[in-house]
Amino acid sequence: MSGRGALELVDVGKRYEGGVTALDRISLRVERGSFVSIVGASGSGKSTLLSLIAGLSAPTSGTVLLDGHPVTGAGPDRGLIFQQGAVYPFRTVERNVAFGLELLPRLSRAERRTRVDWYLAETGLTTLRKALPRQLSGGQRQRVAIARALACEPEVLLLDEPFGALDVQTKEDMQVLIRQIWADTHITAVIVTHDVEEAVFLGQRVVVLGSHPGRIVADLPVPLGDDRDLSTKRLPEFLALRAQVEDLVRAFHAAA
Amino acid sequence: MTRPTVRPGWSALPQRRPPRRRPAIAALRVPISRRAGAVLAVASIAVPLVAWWIAAVAISDPQTLPTPVAAIRAGVELARSGALLTDTWASVRRVLLGFGLAIALSVPLGLLMGSFRAGWSLFEPVIGLLRYLPAASFMPLLIAWLGLEEAPKVMLIFLATFFFNTLMTADVVRGVPMNLIDVSYTLGARTGEVVRKVIIPHSLPGMIDAIRVNAAAAWGFVVVAELIASDSGLGYRINRAARFRHTDDMFAALIVIGLIGFAIDIMLRVTRDRVGRWV
Repeated sequence: MSGRGALELVDVGKRYEGGVTALDRISLRVERGSFVSIVGASGSGKSTLLSLIAGLSAPTSGTVLLDGHPVTGAGPDRGLIFQQGAVYPFRTVERNVAFGLELLPRLSRAERRTRVDWYLAETGLTTLRKALPRQLSGGQRQRVAIARALACEPEVLLLDEPFGALDVQTKEDMQVLIRQIWADTHITAVIVTHDVEEAVFLGQRVVVLGSHPGRIVADLPVPLGDDRDLSTKRLPEFLALRAQVEDLVRAFHAAA
Repeated sequence: MTRPTVRPGWSALPQRRPPRRRPAIAALRVPISRRAGAVLAVASIAVPLVAWWIAAVAISDPQTLPTPVAAIRAGVELARSGALLTDTWASVRRVLLGFGLAIALSVPLGLLMGSFRAGWSLFEPVIGLLRYLPAASFMPLLIAWLGLEEAPKVMLIFLATFFFNTLMTADVVRGVPMNLIDVSYTLGARTGEVVRKVIIPHSLPGMIDAIRVNAAAAWGFVVVAELIASDSGLGYRINRAARFRHTDDMFAALIVIGLIGFAIDIMLRVTRDRVGRWV
């Protein structure tokens, strides 16, 4: 049985109309408070997998369980960060962050404000609170998306290639930030990415998906401990695992 | 599959002479100086005006083409008699009623069509077809059905703008990124909340743009309706002036029609810029 707070996928499959199998019998258990990276080449169905967990689409077979309860739709207990552009362009930074809280009937204005302030500070956006998204850089916009998801206090944070559109320096800043947030909030985090370095740096575990159909081909622990910074990327253990995962991704990427 | 290892020794590619640098005024999308911009903007109005003037003087028959001054003098005369105000209000009132009704119905319908696939499938075929029936061709029918009073004129304006505004609104609504809708669900929003708090605010500037385009049509069709059958309005004023060969009055009415249309456009543009500050 699944324990409290665990996220569990049981034989999850997704077939699209027309018969393409995006995901084939995925079984995966993510413990509460852990950080799991899912890495795979294009065509491995990794974004589909995340949208099934988020509840934005339903699996055609199997079940997704959170806390032992089947996921039947999207909800604020599972925050989702898209690659880009999913901030509300017509809302200021602070009103973006407040979006989920505004929907809650018994949350006072003062309480909302306190929480928004905390998440703005946590993501380094306090001075930009009145700015509109069009005035922000790509990295700042992703900070808004992260703060907005966190403000709903989700049990699980789902990250769908969140830094794929950022330049390398910004991307690394964001990786460090997300590790910090994870440590500060004890949230369960699942990231999908095609960037092997990112997967190894962020996750306590790296799950490798093969393509056509998407399926789990490896599930490797990351032997790095939880105290990581950018210099971790130069450690021999890091480089060895990175090379191993890269070979796996290549081996199971159907020749394009 | 083997890849070629040596590139064949083709003859050299033909050369073109390098392009000359073009002045800003003739270069694609290159900004021009403020002064050049101002000069061109003034010329844009002044050149046709002067051309009108020269033509009027050359023809020297005010019943064919009055000078701008004569047209303005006629306008002042009409204004003084009170006829201009009465006619202008009659036309504006019809537009407010007909186009107002079109907006009141087309915006919710467009929202429905753009938000729900079922709404799109149900309404797009019929509206896509009906909008190609020229609104003016309904006028005789409208008169037969609704009489000679206000109703057929208001209805004509409605028909001329309703279908287009519906489809344009639906397109704007369909342009709301799916990511934005999905992420709203993950933040706890329900369907109605996504419509109210995401789809509508995101679509608002585009909806006003659509209204601006169709306002021009509404303003055009009130004149058409009044030319066909009316005893008031700026279109009626033109008809009446034509009957008595008062060409200067016709031009005065045309100028007023143009100015009011321009004013409507500016008003909507200002509204759009205010609402769409985030764009």
